Amino acid sequence: MSDRGGVVAAATGAEALSTELPVGRSAGWWGMVMFVATEATLFACLLGSYFYLRFQYGPTWPPAGIEAPKLLTPLVMTAVLVPSSLPVVWAERGIRQGQRWRLQSGLAATMVLGVTFLALQASEYAEKLTQFTMTTDAYGSLFYLITGFHGLHVMVGLTMIGWLLAASLRGGSFGSHRHERVRNAAMYWHFVDLVWVAILFTIYLSPRL
Amino acid sequence: MSTTTTPPPGVSAQDLARLAEHWAERPSLRGWFSTVDHKRIGRRYLVTAGFFFVLAGLSALVMRTQLARPEAGVVSPQEYNQLFSMHGTAMIFLFATPMLFGFGNFLVPLMIGSRDMAFPRLNAFGYWVFLFAGLFMWASLPFGAAPNNGWFAYAPLNQEQHNPGLHMDVYALGLLFLGISTTAASINFIVTALKLRAPGMSLNRVPLFVWAIVATAFMVIFALPALNADNLMLFLDRRFGTHFFDPSAGGNVLLWQHLFWIFGHPDVYIIVMPALGIVSAVLPAFTRRGVVGYPLIVLSIVSISIISFGVWVHHMFATGLPQLSYSFFSAASTIITIPSGIQIFAWLATMLLGRLVLRVPLLFVIGFVVTFVLGGFTGAMFAVTAFDQQVTDSYFVVAHFHYVLIGGAVFPMLAGIYYWLPKITGRMYHERLGRWAFWLVFAGMHVTFFPMHLYGLFGMPRRVYTYRSEPGWDGWNLVSTLGSYLLAVGLLLVLVGVVHAVRRGRPAPPDPWEGDSLEWSTASPPEPYNFPALPRVHSLHPAWDERTAESLGAGATADRILSDGRRTLVTSELDAHPERAVQMPESTLKPLVLAGALLIFFTSMLLAWYPAAAVAALAVVATIAVWLWPPRRPDEELGVTG
Ligand code: HEM
Repeated sequence: MSDRGGVVAAATGAEALSTELPVGRSAGWWGMVMFVATEATLFACLLGSYFYLRFQYGPTWPPAGIEAPKLLTPLVMTAVLVPSSLPVVWAERGIRQGQRWRLQSGLAATMVLGVTFLALQASEYAEKLTQFTMTTDAYGSLFYLITGFHGLHVMVGLTMIGWLLAASLRGGSFGSHRHERVRNAAMYWHFVDLVWVAILFTIYLSPRL
Repeated sequence: MSTTTTPPPGVSAQDLARLAEHWAERPSLRGWFSTVDHKRIGRRYLVTAGFFFVLAGLSALVMRTQLARPEAGVVSPQEYNQLFSMHGTAMIFLFATPMLFGFGNFLVPLMIGSRDMAFPRLNAFGYWVFLFAGLFMWASLPFGAAPNNGWFAYAPLNQEQHNPGLHMDVYALGLLFLGISTTAASINFIVTALKLRAPGMSLNRVPLFVWAIVATAFMVIFALPALNADNLMLFLDRRFGTHFFDPSAGGNVLLWQHLFWIFGHPDVYIIVMPALGIVSAVLPAFTRRGVVGYPLIVLSIVSISIISFGVWVHHMFATGLPQLSYSFFSAASTIITIPSGIQIFAWLATMLLGRLVLRVPLLFVIGFVVTFVLGGFTGAMFAVTAFDQQVTDSYFVVAHFHYVLIGGAVFPMLAGIYYWLPKITGRMYHERLGRWAFWLVFAGMHVTFFPMHLYGLFGMPRRVYTYRSEPGWDGWNLVSTLGSYLLAVGLLLVLVGVVHAVRRGRPAPPDPWEGDSLEWSTASPPEPYNFPALPRVHSLHPAWDERTAESLGAGATADRILSDGRRTLVTSELDAHPERAVQMPESTLKPLVLAGALLIFFTSMLLAWYPAAAVAALAVVATIAVWLWPPRRPDEELGVTG
């Protein structure tokens, strides 16, 4: 990109530097909030479908032949995923003060936790698939759709985090004046965590109530 | 074609030259595909949605030709099923909402005094997805594989074992694909209206059309996921053997209906609300006064958008199960009566208190009031349960919802087309041609659909490809068919009028109507940067207000001219206090590439080429990653300390 009509001068002039500091919410922030809102509604519809089919089905749930989900793995998964938001918060705070090392190490820690979660989910699937699959009955369909769809979201979140990490390692990407992308990805990650709590309650805990 | 030649006093010729340089998009093939200008994108939405309207309208003409006489053989039953399903689906999803979003795209930035939408590249992406999704769905018709299960695609008839072939896969995937576009556009509208309003345009000065578009966008954000979840499960059921809607394995057919109507109840308002916004935007220019009761109208817009979700919940509380036989349109129109009644009375009061200027846009507004009120009247009749059960699934229902949809959406759109044509094309339309078009459309509409009330009452069911000769059916069906040809001629005249205006219309002045909102303070058509100086808004009718005009001319200051770069102003959400100037993105091909990758993904899913789908999905991820990759900046500018 060539310097057309003093863009660089404008970007580094006194006005630009003073207005670079965040004032109010940015458009990107609102965009992410709306995106998360619509995604959350999508999950609400899926979880609502779960309860609808469950209560229309009858007294035994899961249906005969499928045992109620065990709690150990999902609880461990929760213990891995929910705290994974903390390093993101720490990283975001760091880059707001211009500390790139905090951004990088925080994101890396979250990556590790997120990948662990997916590995645990894979091992859980390996066990469940011997018992029932997506095509066994409506319960199986719901179980794999909801947990799988969430797993996909974790993957998307991890892609975002890996992408931020790569951009940060290249250098020249984020600093105390420029961290919007970090904040938006962080918001998405927190959302993925919260949805997991709703799923834990719906899929794993509610059949035991 | 621009008509402003002398620069306004506050903006120097040098500023104008710089603005032109930063915002211009070179007229080349690449420029055509890579544009992010909201005006060009808005125009494309309008043209594309108009094209899908023509296709859906031609489908309707074929149906009417088939039904003109008893036991005709123009189309087979299977073809008829596809025709009415595609007609309904396309009219609702590919015509009504995108057309109104086209108006929104063109107008919202102009009305709020900004230089573009908040996310211009996302905007371009939304358009391409809409285009591709529309073509994806229509392309199935020549192959005889179009959706064939009505526009609401009830289970269990939508299931593989009852409905083999690709028909309903096209429906599920097509609507999922399209949903990406609708959601992206809605997010863009909300953020644009929140953050890019000109300084001084506090919430109580936001034009009613913008209110309507934003309320619609909020409804989309919270309603569309239900449809998406539904279609996702439908596709999984059909293709991968899940059992969501399969009662023999713990599923439930009613789940489809529930999710569909959670979306469907708000959807009627999603279609009608922005159209009502057009009415509120058109009226001031032709009554020479502001719309009566601005706060009441805003309140009714906001309450409609909230109540529209409550309707469904209320259904659930009251009956445990919604009465599904009860036509959705009837329920919607019954409830919509109160807040939209407020709006109707506000418009009537505006017309009574104002001085009417009877031009074509106002004619269409009056046509709208008459038709829409009749549709609302038959809607209220459904509230009588005994009556409802008598006419459910008859042509009475078809008559009713066409009165609501053509009256409530098509007439306002036509008013909008004539009203904003000078702004969009820079040319005036031919007034007499426009009048002819109005009277033909109005007469055609009533001659087509009024008789449907009658033969509906005489017992003719909807969605039948033919009928035996029955007393009262034959003659009125013929009348309906003749009316639909009349309507088609009228709509053709609208098209002729538009082409005529573009080709040889008289050049339009910036403000041919002496309208009240900010789009009339720009050139016709507007320059790529919209406003040489962003306005400072001082009232609800900025174009009628001396001080706002002053801020665009002699009072223009550098912080609102922003000629050093491709920039616009961001303001605070409620009061529109200036916050900072932001850099806007340049034109780019990435939105098109991303939409293309998605098209390949959905087509491969449809044809069960899963490896190709996986590659396309990777291409989607890669394109997004490249799209958002941050440019490299020096550390001092970023503010890095460690
Ligand atoms: C332009 C003139 C139009 C004509 C002549 C027309 C004609 C028809 C006819 C004859 C049917 C009934 C088919 C049947 O039940 O067998 C129908 C259904 C329908 N129309 Fe229209 N229509 C027109 C415009 C529109 C518009 C503008 C909309 C919406 C914005 C619309 C939405 C629908 C819907 C949703 C259905 C129901 C499809 C179904 O049963 O699944 N129509 N139309």
